Amino acid sequence: MQVMRILRKELQDYFVSPIAYIVISIFLLVTGWFFFSTFFIFGQASLRNFFSLLPIVFSFIVPAVTMRLFAEEIKVGSYEIILTMPVTFRDIILGKFFAGVTLIAAMLVPTLAYPVSISFIGTVDWGPVAGGYMGALFLGAAFAAVGIWASSVTRNQIVAFIVGTVICFALALIDKMLIFFPRGIVNFIAFFGADYHFQNIAKGVVDSRDVLYFLSVMFIGLYATYMTLHSRN
Amino acid sequence: MIHVENLTKYYGEFCAVKGINFSVDRGEIVGLLGPNGAGKTTTLRMLTGYLLPTDGTISVKGYTMPDDIVAIKGMIGYLPESAPLYNEMLVYDYLDYVAGIKGIERDRRQSHFEKLVATCGLQGIMHLQIGELSKGLKQRVGLAHAMMNDPEILILDEPTSGLDPNQITDIRGIITEIGTEKTVILSTHILSEVEATCDRIIIINEGNIVADKPTAALKQSVSGDRRDTIITVRNAGYDDVEAAVKDIDGITALERLNAPDGDISLRVASTGEMDIRPALYGRIKSHDWILMEFYQEQKTLETIFRELTKEM
Repeated sequence: MQVMRILRKELQDYFVSPIAYIVISIFLLVTGWFFFSTFFIFGQASLRNFFSLLPIVFSFIVPAVTMRLFAEEIKVGSYEIILTMPVTFRDIILGKFFAGVTLIAAMLVPTLAYPVSISFIGTVDWGPVAGGYMGALFLGAAFAAVGIWASSVTRNQIVAFIVGTVICFALALIDKMLIFFPRGIVNFIAFFGADYHFQNIAKGVVDSRDVLYFLSVMFIGLYATYMTLHSRN
Repeated sequence: MIHVENLTKYYGEFCAVKGINFSVDRGEIVGLLGPNGAGKTTTLRMLTGYLLPTDGTISVKGYTMPDDIVAIKGMIGYLPESAPLYNEMLVYDYLDYVAGIKGIERDRRQSHFEKLVATCGLQGIMHLQIGELSKGLKQRVGLAHAMMNDPEILILDEPTSGLDPNQITDIRGIITEIGTEKTVILSTHILSEVEATCDRIIIINEGNIVADKPTAALKQSVSGDRRDTIITVRNAGYDDVEAAVKDIDGITALERLNAPDGDISLRVASTGEMDIRPALYGRIKSHDWILMEFYQEQKTLETIFRELTKEM
């Protein structure tokens, strides 16, 4: 219940201030541009291009969404207020996490216009589209957990953004960098790539290994946040 | 109601609070006094569950930290120093959010708010953004936050710091009013404030409790066995006056003070058990002097505070 109240308050903060609208606009602009600039050249009625870009775009956008969640409270001092109310660390962390995830979901909703409009000019295979959106949510939530941790280690939002971006970017790109690793551990390293798991789901194949990967990243991110906050007092 | 035992807090190597013990009973208003950096805020933050003690136990109404931390947080209303609130929220939205977290049902909220608005003087600002409010108003919103669920214990960290004299009087009035039915612990370094509002004073210095007494007893304790009476007379000479009074029983020392207009001013020190004033007045009356001033010097809290917290 407390989680819901914190979630509601955080969402209110996002949508009462211009943050939500700015972030959503930038996201739609960037993805829209990259997607449609090549869409008519390929001439395929699929969202593959859109989804293949998503990990990179998310690794910038998601930390921008989450950077204020703890850093701002710590800086203003309202962290002391929330921590002395009858809530647990778990309530606070989950409330903020789900607020971030909700905003990411809200960001993805307008992009549903892409598959719908494409379906007028060609036959869309809805399986990969559904998988893609599901994967996008998993990906967004995993990056949000990383971003929240980054936000909990500092009182400076810019630092939180950069730390979050660097980690998300690394997760998104690691399987593109496999040529730099010794042949023996390539498969092992590839498993850490968010892009690799995301593209699996985006093909429409929901494998428990991929789902487990994203759940693990979320758990590690949130647990690290818990440890960071705990060590603060 | 609140028992603190051997409470210790280290920030890295630095020991901010060094094993302090005290307890607070129901209905007391306790003032936590000390110079900056003495450990007041740290102590309060541990009581409210914001910081975890390095060592020692805190129990509130039989609940102990940190196992029952959520239950304890629910019983305590806390106003942190300078009331750090969410600046971009409206006062009403903020209080509504706090009411939700503190478990006040939606249908009881309206009547609850009306009471809070009246007590804390929030009339006419409920629709404003917290960031736009003056410091005094913010402090009131903070107070409303602290009193939201009618907590049995209120902990206020420097509730009047940075306010103007009118606002200070207002906030003090509110605190005294609250204090009639609740347990209040407040920290401050304004001495007149504790004198005016608190039943009991705990003085902290460098992480140790150096005094813990009811306000009246504390003021008496340091003045202890020495009492100073100041007399100023006109139309007299120092030697005459000294000769006239020095053999009164109980006088331990005489000290000449500077007085304007050729008046004679003396500080007459005496032992605490004996009131020398009747005899002193009798001696002066028997001469042809004009008595300009005659009073006993009160040791103020300020002197006591300085004596207890000065650098050794």
